[in-house]
Amino acid sequence: MTYPRPRSVPLRSQWRRQTTVLRLPCLGTMQFSSKKPRAVTDLKAELYSQPLQFYAQPPLENISLSEFESFAVDRLKLLKTVENLGVSYVKLNDDYLKKLDNEIRTLNFPQDAKDQTEKRRKDHISHFILRLAYCQTEDLRRWFIQQEVDLFKYRFKKLDSGEKLEFLHKNNLQYNTISAEEKDNLREKLTISSYAASGVKLEEQDFYKVPFQDALDLVRTRKVYLKEGYAYIPHNEIVTIVLNDFRTRLSKALALTARSLPAVHSDERLQPLLNHLSHSYLGQDYSVQKNVGKISLEQIDSLAGKSFPLCMRQLHQALRDQHHLRHGGRMQYGLFLKGIGLSLEQALQFWRMEFIRGKVDADKFDKAYAYSIRHMFGKEGKRADYTPYSCMKVILSNPPSQGDYHGCPFRHSDPELLKQKLQSYKVSPSGVSQILELVKGMHYQLACQKYFELTHNVEDTSFSLSHPNQYFTESQKVLGGGKDVKRETDTLQRPQESSAARGLTAAREPAVDESQHLAEITKNLETDFQDA
Amino acid sequence: MPSSDYDPACLPDLLPLYYRRLFPFAQYYRWLNYGGASVQKNYFQNREFSFTLKDDIYVRYQSFSSQSELEKEMQKMNPYKIDIGAVYSHRPNQHNTVKSGSFQALEKELVFDIDMTDYDDVRSCCSAADICSKCWTLMTIAIRILDRSLRPEDFGFHHLLWVYSGRRGVHCWVCDEAARKLSAAARSAVAEYLSLIKGGEETVKKVVLTDPIHPFIRESLTVVERYFPQYALQDQNILGRKESEEKVLALVPEDIVKKELQEIFQEERNPERRWRHIEAQAKKKQTTAKKWQYFEKEIMLQYCYPRLDVNVSKGVNHLLKSPFSVHPKTGRISVPIDLKDVEKFDPFAVPTISLICEELDRPKADEDEAKSEDAKEKENEQDSAEKRKIRDYKRTSLAKYVKYFDQFLAEMADSWKGKLLRQSDLQKEF
Repeated sequence: MTYPRPRSVPLRSQWRRQTTVLRLPCLGTMQFSSKKPRAVTDLKAELYSQPLQFYAQPPLENISLSEFESFAVDRLKLLKTVENLGVSYVKLNDDYLKKLDNEIRTLNFPQDAKDQTEKRRKDHISHFILRLAYCQTEDLRRWFIQQEVDLFKYRFKKLDSGEKLEFLHKNNLQYNTISAEEKDNLREKLTISSYAASGVKLEEQDFYKVPFQDALDLVRTRKVYLKEGYAYIPHNEIVTIVLNDFRTRLSKALALTARSLPAVHSDERLQPLLNHLSHSYLGQDYSVQKNVGKISLEQIDSLAGKSFPLCMRQLHQALRDQHHLRHGGRMQYGLFLKGIGLSLEQALQFWRMEFIRGKVDADKFDKAYAYSIRHMFGKEGKRADYTPYSCMKVILSNPPSQGDYHGCPFRHSDPELLKQKLQSYKVSPSGVSQILELVKGMHYQLACQKYFELTHNVEDTSFSLSHPNQYFTESQKVLGGGKDVKRETDTLQRPQESSAARGLTAAREPAVDESQHLAEITKNLETDFQDA
Repeated sequence: MPSSDYDPACLPDLLPLYYRRLFPFAQYYRWLNYGGASVQKNYFQNREFSFTLKDDIYVRYQSFSSQSELEKEMQKMNPYKIDIGAVYSHRPNQHNTVKSGSFQALEKELVFDIDMTDYDDVRSCCSAADICSKCWTLMTIAIRILDRSLRPEDFGFHHLLWVYSGRRGVHCWVCDEAARKLSAAARSAVAEYLSLIKGGEETVKKVVLTDPIHPFIRESLTVVERYFPQYALQDQNILGRKESEEKVLALVPEDIVKKELQEIFQEERNPERRWRHIEAQAKKKQTTAKKWQYFEKEIMLQYCYPRLDVNVSKGVNHLLKSPFSVHPKTGRISVPIDLKDVEKFDPFAVPTISLICEELDRPKADEDEAKSEDAKEKENEQDSAEKRKIRDYKRTSLAKYVKYFDQFLAEMADSWKGKLLRQSDLQKEF
């Protein structure tokens, strides 16, 4: 009997012949239970009777490799949807809920409290598999935790109050309630500081006294009354506490998982799949420089006007005007320039030229700023090759403050000033109001896309904007410049399918490609197998 | 109090003197060691320091195993600037020998940095690195508001050290055990709770209040309201000149209110009365519309409320200028600020390194004190070197600041003793 010829995904053929089953004790190495091992079926029954869980216990069973893969890929699709919806819509508003419901149903994940054991099992296992793929770097961990927390939040909110209480007690979250006397003393302060409290009579609501470190989301947004290090939380705000707990546990678990990873990677069957999973997150990240040196420094000014997205155009202008940019601006703009193809030497020359015109002398530049530019290109420090910021990153992290020019203008600028800026860039009045509408609805990437359409005079963009460098590449395509660029990007981006929301970003597509790719392999192998 | 003219070129000569005879090493060590037994092993040894040496050479991951090693090294290197970082899992100066990923920042004080340049859009007297007595009030307001909140009012911390940065701002070091153990997420949550000013160059209106107003904001407004008339209406004269008046009007609702105010301002020139008109308009707005109903409070906050740099507070491993470090450009020592005297604190009266070095040679007013120290010294010859060093800073203007630092440490020491007692109770040691 001859084995099928080798494929790009190693050893898969052998798997099919030898073992169709994968034992999952690798997931169990993360946490040791000192309790007496109960029968696995008992545990499962109890766990899967709950609509929601903290994923404290890893699954202990055998599953087939195909289930392993399909579970993982489905969950990844789900998390990507969570991510995209989170940027395009206000979290948990009607549109968001509807679309997420849809996706969950399509992907066969658990929904309401009815008989859902199979789906809950899938939920349980897929979560742990993705832990393996996403524990490896800080960025991956952060992303994974964020989406899992959002998903958890959505599910928790769907529980009714009885189920919520049950969940809390089953998971040992015992926070203390305050006495009626104390409630009375703090009456006014409690009412005005907790939105949730304002509708309901104070006497009827339980208030919990929780150390402020356990209620960070409420503290951060000042939605709670603080006294002597404790946050006073009404019962129905307990969601935020629970989320925090979930987040902390997951974070710790991922750190532990990362340590056991070498053992997992030694299993040749898993390594390629796990790598696929974590790379498809990054998708098109512009970290590999194409077209290095194809842009000359003289072109930058005109390119800024023609092909830069508004955020980068703003940064470039500020740099030219002030001959200086602060750290946030240098990072965002510097990495973008790297992404469009500036070489390290060019970048150093560019920044140096500009800063010298300002108050920085050549010496100081070489000492202080040159280091950080080389750092961006991976030539210093831990030699990490930093990737240019995606739209998501620009919109969501490090908001600009006084003296800063970075960030996303659609997100961070005053609407009035944004309007003036757009007018000065010769956008038509109707165009300006369309953009402002989108901004009001918090659809920042769509607003930027609209800006693209108006400035390039195209009706409908064929792409879904998710990255400033993508804007640049697409712009160059439209303007007909750079035939090389055009060919390369064609293979990387497929035309937008008519999906429900235009807000979904291109980051979604690689996941689809992955499963197609895997499906293809499976199909081919089946036929090979039959031949043999 | 005159500070001897400071010339940065003299720094290489002054620093050795400073580190040999004036820098309060004993107290410094006492602080960072946190009582030794009340914290985990090697707390001091695993602390990162960074030095900026002559010619802008910057060295990180410095660490020391004892007070005497710290002294020797600093006297050898004579750093221009000293920064304090986090307590790590291993000795920072051996971090290269540790497997990557295992070398982690574990604990650090919760810190805040208020820098005057962040207020450039609302102060007219100075800009950039300059400060004057008029805008210094902003620091006083910042200290009052933040100190109140970080203490038992909101967050329940007890040991806060406020330090003058040496040029244009203040730092706050929260040294409670609970503060040192905070995660990065917690630090950023605290910083965001305390932040009301949102927006960069492109944002005109940086403060937006919603109904109901949170108790913390209410308390902060009480503080701001106390200072506003003198600081904003008088010293900064925000309603006295055309361009600053326009800036204020930009923060007022776009409708009839603005038009009415513009008309009134044609006639009324007096700043205090103009402000009263603004307040009156605001009161009217409160009864009619939901939006913009607190706009006069928003104006006050935009002009006065503390602006902190969240990034400084967020990171557990962030390095911040050390107290008693010298500021190379101004020569001033980063001294602790006595909260009892915060109103009277004058940044221009803070001693420079040249002043205190000079004072070493010509003793200060209190000759008697020096004499009684002499007598004590004769009694105990053994500690004479130590005593001389103590006497040294005491004859300079640095004395009162070290004294205040001593008080701060004494208060903290009580809490360490308390903890040790509890621990020994648990272990049943007597």
